[in-house]
Amino acid sequence: MMPAILVFAEAGGQEAIDKFANATSSGIALGAIYALLALGLVLIYKATQVLNFAHGALAALGAFFAAYLATVLNFPGRYATFLPLTMQWLLSALVAVLITALVGLVLERLAIRPMIGEPLFSVVMITIALDIVIRTITDDFIGNNPRPLGDPWGADVFNVGPAIIAKSEVATLIVTLICLIGIALFFRSRYGVAMRATAFDQEAAMAQGISAGRIFALAWAIGAGLAATAGIFSSLFPRSSIGVSNTTAFFAFRALPAIVIGGLDSITGAVVGGFIVGLAESYAGAYLVGDTWSFLGLGFAGVMPYIVMLVVLIVRPYGLFGTEEIRRV
Amino acid sequence: MLEVANLEVVYNDVVLVLRGLSLNVPDGEIVALLGANGAGKTTALRAITGILDIHEGDITKGSVTFDGEQIDGKDPSAIVRMGIAQVLEGRRIFAEMTVDDNLRAGAFTNTNKASITAAHERVMDLFPVLQGRRKDSAGYLSGGEQQMLAIGRALMADPKLLILDEPTLGLAPMLVQQIRDIIVDINRQDVSVLLIEQNANMALSIANYGYIMETGKVVMDGDPQKLLGDEDVKEFYLGLHSEGERKSFRDVKHYKRRKRWLS
Ligand SMILES: Nc1ncnc2c1ncn2[C@@H]1O[C@H](COP(=O)(O)OP(=O)(O)OP(=O)(O)O)[C@@H](O)[C@H]1O
Ligand SMILES: [Mg+2]
Repeated sequence: MMPAILVFAEAGGQEAIDKFANATSSGIALGAIYALLALGLVLIYKATQVLNFAHGALAALGAFFAAYLATVLNFPGRYATFLPLTMQWLLSALVAVLITALVGLVLERLAIRPMIGEPLFSVVMITIALDIVIRTITDDFIGNNPRPLGDPWGADVFNVGPAIIAKSEVATLIVTLICLIGIALFFRSRYGVAMRATAFDQEAAMAQGISAGRIFALAWAIGAGLAATAGIFSSLFPRSSIGVSNTTAFFAFRALPAIVIGGLDSITGAVVGGFIVGLAESYAGAYLVGDTWSFLGLGFAGVMPYIVMLVVLIVRPYGLFGTEEIRRV
Repeated sequence: MLEVANLEVVYNDVVLVLRGLSLNVPDGEIVALLGANGAGKTTALRAITGILDIHEGDITKGSVTFDGEQIDGKDPSAIVRMGIAQVLEGRRIFAEMTVDDNLRAGAFTNTNKASITAAHERVMDLFPVLQGRRKDSAGYLSGGEQQMLAIGRALMADPKLLILDEPTLGLAPMLVQQIRDIIVDINRQDVSVLLIEQNANMALSIANYGYIMETGKVVMDGDPQKLLGDEDVKEFYLGLHSEGERKSFRDVKHYKRRKRWLS
């Protein structure tokens, strides 16, 4: 980063430094959300070999739950008025995440488990069907207008050196780090070890008495919880000024380049890929605009992750951290 | 303790692989199950331990009982919990995980901390080579060490019966001896053993009883002396002809398949 900053400093002085710092900080915050989405996708993929196309729908559902709990029911805040507002809101978000995890568990049991043994392609089709169903229901829940999440940070910002940072971005980053540490600790637990074993060799894991069904359900629950977390934070300022809406579900598809860059089957790759995509998108949004770049058209920042993905795939066909003999989706 | 009676197993609803297999593993004994490639040894193991499902296999006749309780139809984790552990053919260790995590995965059904610690100590006693490698990736172990890890992993479930599927396959003679001795040690610690092997010499040298199977059923059984003395067994499982030389398998009609180690 240092040399880059120097280059910009020479070229445009303070203004250039500010621009770079802002693009970097918002890229990291955006990357955190992509990392959460990618982590959930890879977790389900690793454990069950299925790419979950309903991930975005689960993210939107989670964001809706958070909005409903925080702004309509004031749950569980109304029983904990002694807590600061920030804590009350975080509790609502946590309950929303847990409910979505439960939804993931039920979905696995009802829609995915009966498909075990069928061709993977059919199972992936089921997740596409789930996406449509959950999205339709969530859109109904949300109603005609977007729902704000009632978070305590709103559009508040503060300065760190040259960068202007939104408080919600800091919250996003902290929550993401907590999730990452939580996942790392989980993988050392009894069930975490069992999940890694199942992901590596399902028959051998079953032979040790590990119930593959339970592991699948657990992967779906954790994946859905992570999707909800990402959905919630992608519905806050500055990602969204209106809250959760019928476009929230599509945000998750922007994390697809992240898992391809990281390598479909790598947890570390998902996280690194998420941040790479976030930064790439943010830099493209900051620099590839204006008259010089007008030929790229509007919204080029959204295309940038796919360009990075193509470049990575050319250099490393299995992604940065992926294994070579990766099975097809 | 383990009784397999008249077992019939079909893959994909059409391929009949076990045709009335019956065998017994008495408490505290080592029983050898021998047979050529494709005889159905691994299928018998899958039927006993409940992992036929994922191979599209079904038990269509017969039964498996363990300590008097019928176990066919139970799911694999319930069977492990009842006290049957297995070492799959080809080791199948979790190569991306550390040695210790492999052992922890083996202890999944064992929820008692003290008994996990005791099982871990027993494994380290049996396989001192694993002691120094506990934090290493299992994939970096040598073939022999991987087989030891696979056996150790199975022992973490604290089984009453251990089933091993060709544990000496592809190992050098020295290691074969070592594995053999370890199986004897394990058996002394009150674990009954069902030993599936192609290496009849090794298996019969430690077994109390032996079964020879062919195309899905037992064609001969008896104590090791009897089996070792049989001319046909000598020819096709020990690689010896009565005149001390090898003979083409075409000469003896009732053995249709050639053993791996004869060629
Ligand atoms: N999943 C399966 N689907 C269909 N047929 C199978 C399946 N698994 C095994 N078979 C067939 O069943 C027969 C017995 O196989 P099995 O693996 O039980 O033999 P084995 O005695 O263990 O042989 P080996 O000594 O080579 O390990 C073989 O003819 C094999 O082709
Ligand atoms: Mg076999």
